[in-house]
Parts: sequence; structure tokens; C-alpha cells
Amino acid sequence: MTATLTRSARPTVFARPSGARKFKNGLATTLVTAAFLVALVPLVWLLWTVISKGFHVIMSSSWWTESQHNQTQKTPGGGALHAIVGTLEQVALCSVISVPIAILVGIYLVEYARGPFARVTTFMVDILTGIPSIVAALFIYALFVSTFHHLRSGWLVSMALVILMVPVIVRTTEEMLKLVPNELREASYALGVPKWKTIAKIVLPTAFTGLVTGVILGVARVAGETAPLLILVGYAQGMNANLFGTKFQGSLPGMINDEFTNLNTATGGSAYHLDPNGKRVAGGAINYAPDRMWGAALTLIAIVLLLNVIARFVARFNKVSQ
Amino acid sequence: MAKRIEGKNLNIYYGKFLAVSNVNFTIAPNSVTAFIGPSGCGKSTVLRTLNRMHEVIAGASVQGKVLLDGDDIYESGIDPVAVRRTIGMVFQRPNPFPTMSIYDNVAAGLKLQSGRIRKSELDAVVEKSLRSANLWGEVQDRLNKPGAGLSGGQQQRLCIARAIAVAPDVLLMDEPCSALDPISTMAIEDLIRVLKKDYTIVIVTHNMQQAARISERTAFFNLAGVGQPGELVEMDDTQTIFTNPTDKRTEDYISGAFG
Ligand SMILES: Nc1ncnc2c1ncn2[C@@H]1O[C@H](COP(=O)(O)OP(=O)(O)OP(=O)(O)O)[C@@H](O)[C@H]1O
Ligand SMILES: [Mg+2]
Repeated sequence: MTATLTRSARPTVFARPSGARKFKNGLATTLVTAAFLVALVPLVWLLWTVISKGFHVIMSSSWWTESQHNQTQKTPGGGALHAIVGTLEQVALCSVISVPIAILVGIYLVEYARGPFARVTTFMVDILTGIPSIVAALFIYALFVSTFHHLRSGWLVSMALVILMVPVIVRTTEEMLKLVPNELREASYALGVPKWKTIAKIVLPTAFTGLVTGVILGVARVAGETAPLLILVGYAQGMNANLFGTKFQGSLPGMINDEFTNLNTATGGSAYHLDPNGKRVAGGAINYAPDRMWGAALTLIAIVLLLNVIARFVARFNKVSQ
Repeated sequence: MAKRIEGKNLNIYYGKFLAVSNVNFTIAPNSVTAFIGPSGCGKSTVLRTLNRMHEVIAGASVQGKVLLDGDDIYESGIDPVAVRRTIGMVFQRPNPFPTMSIYDNVAAGLKLQSGRIRKSELDAVVEKSLRSANLWGEVQDRLNKPGAGLSGGQQQRLCIARAIAVAPDVLLMDEPCSALDPISTMAIEDLIRVLKKDYTIVIVTHNMQQAARISERTAFFNLAGVGQPGELVEMDDTQTIFTNPTDKRTEDYISGAFG
């Protein structure tokens, strides 16, 4: 290098940060912290509401072992087993169908798709992501009930949930696979490993934790959906474990909805209004609907949370021990 | 078994962009050949065409022939996967598989290429490869720890072990020492001298001293100008290239880079 760069003389002592910069930095920190708190407050509040109103309900053993068979809002006891079983069955069938499809579509989009067909698929997934659950439910109704004259059934709910779950998992799968560095794929190819094996043995394991997160997001997305339940299967208070039967089937969102409608009919359909906060109406009659409603809500949250914990555990188990 | 490599009239494209034009060379078996030249002149591109890694990039294509002991690896019907089993590659940045232990990293090629292998056989290959890569002593008592937990230099030697575990005939190395400290660099240079007995080695390097230290032959690549394709200016004995090059551009580059 012969040319010398001219530069202005620098002070030998480093200056302290200017007041303006300190102010801007402080402002940014405050804003970010404030936004965090604003986001946190409703979440904590919500959780507190559900837990404080539902916790004592789900602590009774009958909650986990009995249904609401022959119960009214004036009779104590009974449980949510019918609803838990229904929800778990519906979500399980939905997941068994959605997870493989969605992960394969995600793999296709990231690892194989080139050109217009890929763009069309991505676009379709984008549209599907925005589909309201009631529209998915109507579509399934139109297809199976109106066209094929199938009676309403639990598995039809699963079908509607598939439409909602697949795009969520496709999206996260795509994002997670894109995070896997290309260098790893190239390292594998350079060892003479075929493409599909590179994907199965190198790419997917590297993205495994992320893929599990995607599945959990998908489950959380559909577990609380109510519209498909209302349209595709009636709510039954009693136990019905037959997902493919044509009888009504219990479910947690269905139970929440059912107990909510019971709030106002504590005294046999008269015009009393019952606050979901209290059990007692003005006349002193006891209404168990609010308890059951909050209990079902808490149970739903707890199930999603539990799945989350299990999934994280599985993901951890998959890693090389440090 | 080390093999001879010949490039014939290679034109290498990224989409419509001609990155390297009309390259011809012959690389003798059991030799170390260095590719040198300014950044962007196409050294990596040429290297990656030698084991059909170039076509992994979307839109990339190659015209011409690459002969491995006389057989064209670009002939139609040839499986690029089989080519890559014969011609291994080590990359600029160490890239061990993050989900795998040290042992599994070395065993990965064999395991993924051909389903079932006896554990004892695999153990032997892993130990031999790690010994060849001069890493065995440092990792023998933690083979089940993650490969990503090693230092950069160790990781690069792990990648070399991984590449030689599948017993290729040729080893391509793209700036294998550029992310390493002088001591790790020395370790890898020593390793290359040893590996030469069994492999044909092609190494891209920006380090002239390194090229002078380890290679018998040196190829100088250059770029006529921005947007122009890269070309092979000359290839000769390393000694000749560094002391008495035929082409003025080689001399300019070498003296500029040294002086
Ligand atoms: N993936 C790619 N897509 C498009 N063009 C590329 C790609 N990789 C490299 N090129 C172009 O091909 C030419 C040669 O690049 P190459 O990476 O082979 O250079 P190089 O000699 O290895 O440089 P360096 O010494 O910096 O590694 C450059 O003009 C580069 O911009
Ligand atoms: Mg390069």
C-alpha cells in the first residue's frame, strides 16, 4: 500500500457517550421494557382468572373420572372426563393426519420445490393459514354431510381441524428447515450421501426441536376451536368415546360453551342473569355451571401445557448428551 | 487408491453467468496441487466441479469433461452420489454435524451410505480415520461428546477424519486452514503431507507460503476484469510458479502478494 489515507486527528482520550445518545438509549430500553410488560399483563391476568376460578374445580377427583351424565347446573358433582376424552381423540386423529402431511409439505417446499409450482403451494398455504375455523367447518359439513350424507360425527371435527393445523405446521417446518445451514447439507452430499438420506438423517434431526415446536403450536391452535364442534358434532354430556360413531360427543370447548349457556338458565330458563363470577343467583339457587365452565377452561390450558412439556422433554432427549 | 484427475474445456456457469471459462489441467495421482488466485476468480467453483458439488446449487451447470483415471464423471448416467463417494471434500469452515457425537460424525458417511455395518468394523474405521487426521489422542476418551464441542482446529480435523473415513481416492480441500490458528494450520499441513501417500489432494489456499510448503504443483487462476469469467492462467511445478513463472500475470500476482 503506497497511498496514505488522510484522516482527521483523533483525540487520544476516548470521549464519554454524549447526552443525546444516553437519552436515546434510555428511551429505547424503556420502550422495549414497557412493551414487554404491556404484553405480559393480560397474559398473567388471564391465567390468574382461569386458575383462581377453575383450580378448586379440577382438584376434585370426580372431575377426572366422571362425565356430566344426567347432571344439571343444580346438581353437584360429575366431571369432565367425557370432554377430555372427546377433545383428546379429536385432536389426536387430527394430529396423526396433519403432522406427516404438513412436515412432508414443509420438506418439499424447502428442499425440493423450484419454480412456479412451489410459489403456488406457498401461496395456498398462506391463504389456508388465514382461513377462519368456521369456514373450515362449513367446508367439511358441505363435503361430508351435505354431499355424502354422512351423519355428524367426532371424526368430522378432526377433518376440519386438519385444515387449520396443516398450514401452521407447514409454516414452522419451513422456517425451521431454512434455519439449518446449507453447509451441513453440502457436507453430507460431499460424503456421498443421497439427498433423501441427507434430509432424513442430517436436516430433520438438526431441526427436530423446531419441528416439535411447530407441532405443539398446531395442537394449541386447534385444541380450543369451537366452531367445528358446534357445526360437525353435537355436544353430549355423557361419555362417548366412539370418535367414528354418529352420536353426539363431549369436548372441552363444547363443555365450556354448554356451561356458558347454562349460566342464564339456572332456574329453568327464566330471565335470571347469572354473573360467571358467582355461583349464587339473587334467589339463592345454586348454579354449578360457572365452576364447570372455568374448570373445563383450565383443563384445556393444562392439557396444551402438558403436551408442551412432554414435547420439550422429547426434544431434549433427542440431543447428544453434553 | 489415489487417482489422476483431468479437466477438459471446462466452462462453469451459475445460471447464465459464466464464472469460469475454458479450464484445462491434469493432476497426477498421489500429488498435492494448490489452487491460488485472487478472490472471486473461481477457485472454489472449479474445485466443486471436480466432485459434482457444483450442480447442488440451483441453476448451476458445467460444460466440458472431468476425467477420473480416464472416466468422465459428467457422462450421462453417472450418479453424482457415487462420484462424491470417490472424491471427498473438506470445506473452508469446519462443519461437523451438530446433532452427532464425535464418533457418529466420523462414522456418518459409512452409516448413511450403506445401512448396516458391524460395530467392530465401524469402531476400527473411526479410530483409523481419527488417527490419520491426527485427532485420536485428543478425543479418544470423549468420543460420545458432541462434535460441535471441539475447538475450531479440532473440528476441522474432525471434518477431515469424516471425509477420509469413507475411503475416497481424491480429497478436495477449500481453504481448510483459513479459520485456524498457526498451530492447527501446521497440524493440518503435516496431515496433508501424510495423506498424500494414499490420496490425490487438491487444495485451495490464499496463503502462498502454505502452497509453497505443501504442494508439488500450483495452478494460478485469474480474472480478466469485473464480470469477466475466471480462467486458469498457468499450472506448473510449485517451485517454478513461485520462482520463475512463464506468465507475467502470475509473476505480478505472486510478487504483489509477497511484497
Ligand atoms: N452460488 C453462487 N451463485 C452465483 N454466483 C456465484 C456463486 N458462487 C460463486 N459465484 C460467482 O462465481 C465467481 C467465482 O466464485 P468462487 O467462489 O469460485 O471464487 P473463489 O476464487 O473461490 O474466491 P475466494 O478466494 O474469495 O473464495 C464469482 O464471480 C462469484 O461471484
Ligand atoms: Mg472460494
